[in-house]
Amino acid sequence: MTELTGAQAASFAMKQINPEVVSAFPITPQTEIMMDFAQFVADGDVNTEFVLVESEHSAMSSAVGASAAGVRSMTATSSAGLALMFEILGVASGSRLPVVMNVVNRALSAPINIHCDHSDSMDCRDIGWIQLYSEDAQEVYDNTFIGLKLAERVKLPAMIMQDGFINSHCLQNIKLLKDAEIKNFIGKFKPKQSLLNFKKPVTIGPLELFDYYFETKRQESEAMISALEDYKIVCKSFEKMSSRKYSAVEKYKLKDADYAIVALNSVCGAVKDVVDELRINGEKVGLLKIRLFRPFPYDDVLNALKHCKRITVMDRSESFGANPPIMSEVVNSLKNAKKINSVIFGLGGREIFEDDIKNIYYNMIKNKKQERYVGCRE
Amino acid sequence: MKKNYKQIPIGGMITKAGNSEEYKTGDWKSFKPERDEKKCTNCLICVNYCPENCIKVKNGKLNHFDLDYCKGCGICATECPFKAIVMELDTECEL
Amino acid sequence: MNFKELAMASNKLASGHRSCAGCGFPSIVRTVMKATKKQIIVSCATGCLEVTTTIYPYTSWLTPFIHNAFENASATISGVEAAYKALKKKGKLRKDVKFLAIGGDGGTYDIGLQSLSGALERGQNFVYLCYDNEAYMNTGVQRSSATPRGANTTTTPAGKASFGKLEWKKELMQIAIAHGINYAAQASPHNLIDLYNKAEKAFNTKGPSILVVLSPCPLGWKSNTNMSVQIAKLAAETNFWPLYEYENGKYVLNYEPAKRKPIIEFFKTQGRFKHLLKNKKLLEEIQGKVDEKWSKLKKLCEEK
Repeated sequence: MTELTGAQAASFAMKQINPEVVSAFPITPQTEIMMDFAQFVADGDVNTEFVLVESEHSAMSSAVGASAAGVRSMTATSSAGLALMFEILGVASGSRLPVVMNVVNRALSAPINIHCDHSDSMDCRDIGWIQLYSEDAQEVYDNTFIGLKLAERVKLPAMIMQDGFINSHCLQNIKLLKDAEIKNFIGKFKPKQSLLNFKKPVTIGPLELFDYYFETKRQESEAMISALEDYKIVCKSFEKMSSRKYSAVEKYKLKDADYAIVALNSVCGAVKDVVDELRINGEKVGLLKIRLFRPFPYDDVLNALKHCKRITVMDRSESFGANPPIMSEVVNSLKNAKKINSVIFGLGGREIFEDDIKNIYYNMIKNKKQERYVGCRE
Repeated sequence: MKKNYKQIPIGGMITKAGNSEEYKTGDWKSFKPERDEKKCTNCLICVNYCPENCIKVKNGKLNHFDLDYCKGCGICATECPFKAIVMELDTECEL
Repeated sequence: MNFKELAMASNKLASGHRSCAGCGFPSIVRTVMKATKKQIIVSCATGCLEVTTTIYPYTSWLTPFIHNAFENASATISGVEAAYKALKKKGKLRKDVKFLAIGGDGGTYDIGLQSLSGALERGQNFVYLCYDNEAYMNTGVQRSSATPRGANTTTTPAGKASFGKLEWKKELMQIAIAHGINYAAQASPHNLIDLYNKAEKAFNTKGPSILVVLSPCPLGWKSNTNMSVQIAKLAAETNFWPLYEYENGKYVLNYEPAKRKPIIEFFKTQGRFKHLLKNKKLLEEIQGKVDEKWSKLKKLCEEK
């Protein structure tokens, strides 16, 4: 066991991956990752080319250039930084470049706020990146390897999320893997085409009009769907190495649960505590935690929830004038089979208490109306 | 027949370098260059100025104009120091 | 280098591209790429060059090429260069490779300026080529910060109450030089040998270098397609577009007209200035600015 923060877990994973190129620009609360990594560079622990750019837009642009040149290319960001990258996120996925990025979730402006919610990464959910969410530092660490391996298999970029401050800045016990194990697990990155292959000069990023654009996007979509199966394969080989078992969703005391909460990232820790407490009182409650959000594991969610009487989905981001992101996908999974409540919580780092979560369960148990906003002064 | 989505390289990559030569731009032109071989000194100035790279050289001498690509801009005629090139109406073009 | 040798040097931009007849940039780009025998990787900003040379499934590029977006050609080539350095460090690559980022004036003076500035400041080992046709031509001739005062564009049209663009052209060379780079040059497609020599120096420069090249645009300048090279020549002969370079802290003038022609000679060749030809006051003012900038440049070139 080692004590690391979520941010340190990410930078330590990056150190073990030892990518050829890392592009970086500071933003709270991601900066911890890059500061750590800078020290690894300074100490000669990695032989990465560290490109310290003048904006996140350039960080992603440089990451795309490096990946197109056929090497492992990583970066990290938060909030406004991710929003600034948005245009180039689509270039990375559209060009099928497996860039890997750690995202430390932080609320978007305005008003400016440095604390956690998921409005940054959720706004990027349809840009063609694999999205993995992490409850704690251990999952950040493991998801970074799994994300990289999956990205390179299906040739799509991947982002690995963790909650700003709550996870990124809190020391937690985690189990590290050996460098040699990681090296063996991720293997070598050998893309078919690369800018550095002068025997076969390639043109990347052409103009595609109505005659080919659709076909290229169709390929991308198929690749993303195929990532669902590939994720299972990657998780299996990760389990062999680490004895840690991962799946697209985690079911916590859900098997016989009548009342379920669906959530992702760090709040799941608190929900689990509440579940334990309510279980002692004999309440049949459980949690469904989503790890893989893109591609979305619809079947897993349906199978996990179909027996539940009531479900409340907790979103830490808003879709103004529409169902929030996780809610939408859970509704899609269950179609019209269930009555599902939506809860939005924790925007901009607003605290959520175990009592709030308890209330959510009791609203279901007692068949009471669930308010959509929890923790907001009405 | 255009290729379907399974037949094209991923990510829009074009793997045949310089294959735009399969696309003929020659039908854009209304005028085409004609060279007076007596006046031409094979200085090859025109070759460098031609935006289409369609003035072909053989053994260090101007060989021919590749009209498959010539767009008829007339730069070669204007820049020739010996007035060895004139632009003539391209009778094959659709006016 | 002479025209014969240049004509026979290995070409990296194939025919079949779809730039307009008489476009300035194909010969610029070809000449620049001929100036090194090393392998080149090109990163190109969104714009006319990128669009006309990579219409799927066709590419005119005979060398590895990447287009990322409008504003990030320099950041993109930075990543490519970093990948190259990483592989070289590991001994996985032995070749010497040259890196070339290309943008139009929009992608350079305006939306790509930050990305360019970052790459210049970081000392990335690359050549930046700006083909400057003085407006956003690809989207239909809108003004950019490189559009000269008085030019008629679709967003600065001349009308009863306006003579076209109000502002003066931005000084890209000075901005680039202020980064402390070792080589910067302004060139023109009428003098391809001069352009070749400058490109050769740029490729041989350690760290970043920049080539700013005027690129006549028959569509946006409203000029005859056969006149592109002649118009570029007039730009130099009127001192509108001086040919000069900045090498290791020293300015060098590459061409000085025996008697500079009046600016109206340049304006007369292009529809974008048509409305100015009778505006004596503005012509005088522009002439004054051209002369003032020229004498400042001459002073810089005389400095030891």
